[in-house]
Amino acid sequence: MDNSKDKPIVQINRLNFWYGDKQALFDINVGIAPNCATAFIGPSGCGKSTLLRCLNRMNDLNDEQRIEGTITMHGMDIRAPEVDVIELRKRVGMVFQKSNPFPKSIFENIAYGLRLQGSQKKNHLAERVESSLRRAALWEEVKDRLDESALSLSGGQQQRLCIARTIAVEPDVVLMDEPCSALDPTATAKIEELIQDLKRYYTIIIVTHNMQQATRCSDFTAFFYLGKLIEFDTTTKIFTNPANKQTEDYITGRFG
Amino acid sequence: MPFRRKRTDWQSLVSTAATGVMTFSVVAMVGVILGNIVWNGAAQMSLHFIFGGTKEGMFDAAHAGVFPMIFGTVALVVLMTLGVLPVGVITAIYLSEYARSTSAVTRVIRGAINNLAGVPSIVFGLFGLGFFVQFVGGGIDKVFYGGQLNYGKPALVWAAATMAVLTLPVVIVATEEALRAVPKGLREGSMALGATKLETIWRIVLPQALPGVITGAILAVGRGAGEVAPIMFTGAAYFLAHLPSHLSDQFMNLGYHVFVLSTQSPDIERTKPILFGTVLVLLMLTFLLNLAGVIVRARIRARARQANG
Repeated sequence: MDNSKDKPIVQINRLNFWYGDKQALFDINVGIAPNCATAFIGPSGCGKSTLLRCLNRMNDLNDEQRIEGTITMHGMDIRAPEVDVIELRKRVGMVFQKSNPFPKSIFENIAYGLRLQGSQKKNHLAERVESSLRRAALWEEVKDRLDESALSLSGGQQQRLCIARTIAVEPDVVLMDEPCSALDPTATAKIEELIQDLKRYYTIIIVTHNMQQATRCSDFTAFFYLGKLIEFDTTTKIFTNPANKQTEDYITGRFG
Repeated sequence: MPFRRKRTDWQSLVSTAATGVMTFSVVAMVGVILGNIVWNGAAQMSLHFIFGGTKEGMFDAAHAGVFPMIFGTVALVVLMTLGVLPVGVITAIYLSEYARSTSAVTRVIRGAINNLAGVPSIVFGLFGLGFFVQFVGGGIDKVFYGGQLNYGKPALVWAAATMAVLTLPVVIVATEEALRAVPKGLREGSMALGATKLETIWRIVLPQALPGVITGAILAVGRGAGEVAPIMFTGAAYFLAHLPSHLSDQFMNLGYHVFVLSTQSPDIERTKPILFGTVLVLLMLTFLLNLAGVIVRARIRARARQANG
């Protein structure tokens, strides 16, 4: 286990990214350790969400994008022509800033990804729905109302539902794009607790504006500023003894 | 400091009065039209008039019946809907989900659709005659029937096809609007779970947009039930002894019948009650068809809210 922790599951090398003519990322190099939570922090527009969206190739949906450099997962280039982007997205799940449950029942929300993979057997689906909801710490709250609309849940529950939906397809990596920015402190605390729990099974990368959140739930932290990776280290090191002046200014609240 | 005493606000009084009077006159106009039709048409309503045929005395109030016209109108509208919905919805999906909104091709397509909506309906009639009846129908006869006349003449199917082309812009625009209203987050959520674009459209986007599609269908049906010009050359008949039983048959139609009654009657005074009666039936039929659409849409919305599936 400890041995494998040293070897990154996701390796980003010399990554440059443009939206049209505007360069959003400059020469990014990061290795993401498996079964850890890694936080991407930095002021708005620093490129942290853009980088996150490179990892499941969500940026492909944007016509104007251009990308250079390599991103490997388990040593394989995720942008190689032979890589099926659909397969990649099954292995790299994503939770969005604004919770986006489908306007279907709670059950069908979780079963959606499984059905896409061709699971039809009711028993198997029910089992996976239950285990995913349990892992997302939502089962006890919704077990009696699985047929109700997902939209009837509270904001925090909806976001945990989206997490459950993501882990139902058993990804290796879960990307979280400011998952708590629209939630109240109680719901946020639940999700942070959940992240602690989930990293036993998944590699988690979380983009956050909230520095306390990064310290509470991540093992590593990457600080971005104006499209550049300024500093990347263990979260403890970044928040207690940052090597870079800009990092220090940001985490102490002097700008951003 | 004391406030100055409020003066009479003539400006708002006048503008309220002016806009109010205008609105009232519009409402009054609609009221007069509807009232006139209902008042004069009600006397003609009878089971025989609605469910009876036009064996003899087509222009005679005591003998006339409009069932063949009701049948023909409903058949036309149903066939038209079957034609326009798939084509319109698929086109809207292309425009909203696949086409690049900035490309020249997309702009040309959009322009074409907008122009289609502005073409006078009689032009559609002539187009239907030339394209569907003579070209497509004639072609079918040549290829499948050895030149024998089956489809190369005005027919229910060609009238429905012409009407489908006429109502196409309505369905495309309504569907496209509904598709655009589906939040981007839902699409991304689906894609992020490993859904293909097509799966996302089919399982997430289209079900969300269904009420909008039905709105388009309702508008199309309302238009299709009342238009006369497009079917004059393509399938409507002055008089038929039998109900149409085949797609290649001609048919009678309420709107066209109104036109016939008001222009071809030998004795306009004796025909007048039938005329009002037929218009009333046409209005009621359009209302019922719209009502059906509204009910279906309300059910889908209610189900989407409960989301049992």
